[in-house]
Amino acid sequence: MEKFKNVMSRPVPLNSAHVDTDQIIPKQFLKRIERTGFGQFLFFDWRFNDDGSPNEKFILNDLRFKNSEILLAQENFGCGSSREHAPWALRDYGFKVIISSSFADILYNNCFKNCILPLVLNEKDLEYLFESTLNFNDYMLNIDLEKNLLADNKGFKISFDIDSFRKKCLLEGLDDISLTLEHSEKIDMYEKKL
Amino acid sequence: MAPLTLFEKIWKNHVVHEEKGKPSLLYVDLHLVHEVTSPQAFEGLRQAGRQVRRKDKTFATMDHNVPTIDRYNIKDPISLQQIETLSSNCKEFDIELFDLNSPYQGIVHVIGPEQGLTRPGQTIVCGDSHTSTHGAFGALAFGIGTSEVEHVLSTQCLWQNKPKTFEVRVDGKRQSGVTAKDIILSIIGEIGTAGATGYVIEYTGEAIRSLSMEQRMTICNMSIEGGARAGMISPDETTINYLKERPRIKNIENLEQLINEWRNLASDEGSEFDKKLILNADKMAPQVSWGTSPGMVSGIDSKIPNPNDIEDSVKRKSTEDALSYMGLKPDTCIEDIKIDTVFIGSCTNGRLEDLIAASKVIQGNKVPSNINAIVVPGSQIVKMKAEQLGIDKIFKDAGFDWRESGCSMCLAMNPDKLSPGERCASTSNRNFEGRQGKGGRTHLVSPVMAAAAAINGRFTDIRSLDLDLGDY
Repeated sequence: MEKFKNVMSRPVPLNSAHVDTDQIIPKQFLKRIERTGFGQFLFFDWRFNDDGSPNEKFILNDLRFKNSEILLAQENFGCGSSREHAPWALRDYGFKVIISSSFADILYNNCFKNCILPLVLNEKDLEYLFESTLNFNDYMLNIDLEKNLLADNKGFKISFDIDSFRKKCLLEGLDDISLTLEHSEKIDMYEKKL
Repeated sequence: MAPLTLFEKIWKNHVVHEEKGKPSLLYVDLHLVHEVTSPQAFEGLRQAGRQVRRKDKTFATMDHNVPTIDRYNIKDPISLQQIETLSSNCKEFDIELFDLNSPYQGIVHVIGPEQGLTRPGQTIVCGDSHTSTHGAFGALAFGIGTSEVEHVLSTQCLWQNKPKTFEVRVDGKRQSGVTAKDIILSIIGEIGTAGATGYVIEYTGEAIRSLSMEQRMTICNMSIEGGARAGMISPDETTINYLKERPRIKNIENLEQLINEWRNLASDEGSEFDKKLILNADKMAPQVSWGTSPGMVSGIDSKIPNPNDIEDSVKRKSTEDALSYMGLKPDTCIEDIKIDTVFIGSCTNGRLEDLIAASKVIQGNKVPSNINAIVVPGSQIVKMKAEQLGIDKIFKDAGFDWRESGCSMCLAMNPDKLSPGERCASTSNRNFEGRQGKGGRTHLVSPVMAAAAAINGRFTDIRSLDLDLGDY
């Protein structure tokens, strides 16, 4: 897997709570048998009008946030279906970090498998990021996973919590299956007891 | 030894490897596979030259894409490719597949229990969030992503952080017409769609104990809509009576011994949960969702909330957005909402008891001609048994379409979908924007409430019809 590197970007403020994976990637795009190419379908029903033109009211189509690598969202991001097509679409579109006050479990797990860092901040800090990225046109956020640091170019700096094992996997791009195969003997032993 | 909860016992029995500060490596007893979330996992195996470790613990079916009218004539070439890919992957990796020709084909969470693949004390995974259904048998069952599907295929294990435990106790006795679906919708309405995130729920209490296995599956199925990856109910005589007749169980040699083990599988007296909620079924009304998340529900005898009454700004905006999408005005009586479509089916409510109960409401009535109503049995076995009972005829006589099994309009990956603005009374599990078709408006209800809505063209309090629904 790809290694996670520092991210420096202006965040996109998606001001919605309980964004479900049906919104992140609608079902008509789940029929593909590849892992790639899902970015064009990200938030499809919100991003595009019925005639296929971009919905200018949707925040991802706001030119101020073009090419952003950080997505801000309100609580319980990624609830609903287990479809890994959601993180495939987010990553393929260009997001490397998603910041929210909480995530649904399955999406949270799926992010780590796809080199996306899901960051949980308290509501106050999240609110600050939402306001700042809307208020300052030169706003930039820097995420340093190695040091657990989130800092902006306005003097705001906080340390974030992240499971140390998951952090290591992201930074080193570790493949879960290879890690597991190191424990093959233990799996064999377990199966002998069955 | 310290008393343990049911979840803690199953977890402990399945740890292959653990180290401080790391997730645990858990063994998986049953891996269910379907066509949508598996092709990339098989491709990963092929690229790495890996095999499926335990073919005997892996079973596949096709359900999401399957047409419910002419199932052998899949017109969407990408759907067809996905279905053919599952067939060829199962052939290549030698996995048992319940395909469209199989009399046992159906929705993965209907056929697992039906065949007796699902058993108490197991760990069960599937690339589908409604895997929580199988927890009704006292199993630890949860949905996983495609990378994890690949991981389980190749190692029969999964890295997991231990979730916390949440006891949801439902005391009391339901009124007639208040079903398992209404209990679970009431629970989600109470805790919210993220109320159980990070937890495994164990459902306890008199109102849960009195439910049949099919009704318990409805409860556990929607655990994920409250944020819990898994929900479970400890096995009892109801569980054992259901299981001992199953095709894959009834001929097991040491069945009596197994049954004894199952019987003893329960949370110990004095075991502690991290969180607890107590509700009373006496006071529950039949539920109808009015918004775009399963926590947005109200009793049939109440009104749609008014965003102006909500203090929290994020919650207020969610409610405003939901009402705008749903085309509903604040303070409208739920009973005044008219519907266009009725869908009875899905892994939540597509089992035989669901269809029998709905048919009692339908019997002798007609669906108005402006309403489109369909019944999609959860499996071919459910369909066959319903037909043996003549239930298909009751539905057809009333003007319902009687279809072949599959996920159908629950997520509209097949041709069954809503048009923009179309309003549906649905027995499925998710009312997200566009879930049943772009612009479609979904109201989650029980099968008997869906049936009553089909006849009256609007939501109706099933209790007012004064029907004998038996134990349903």
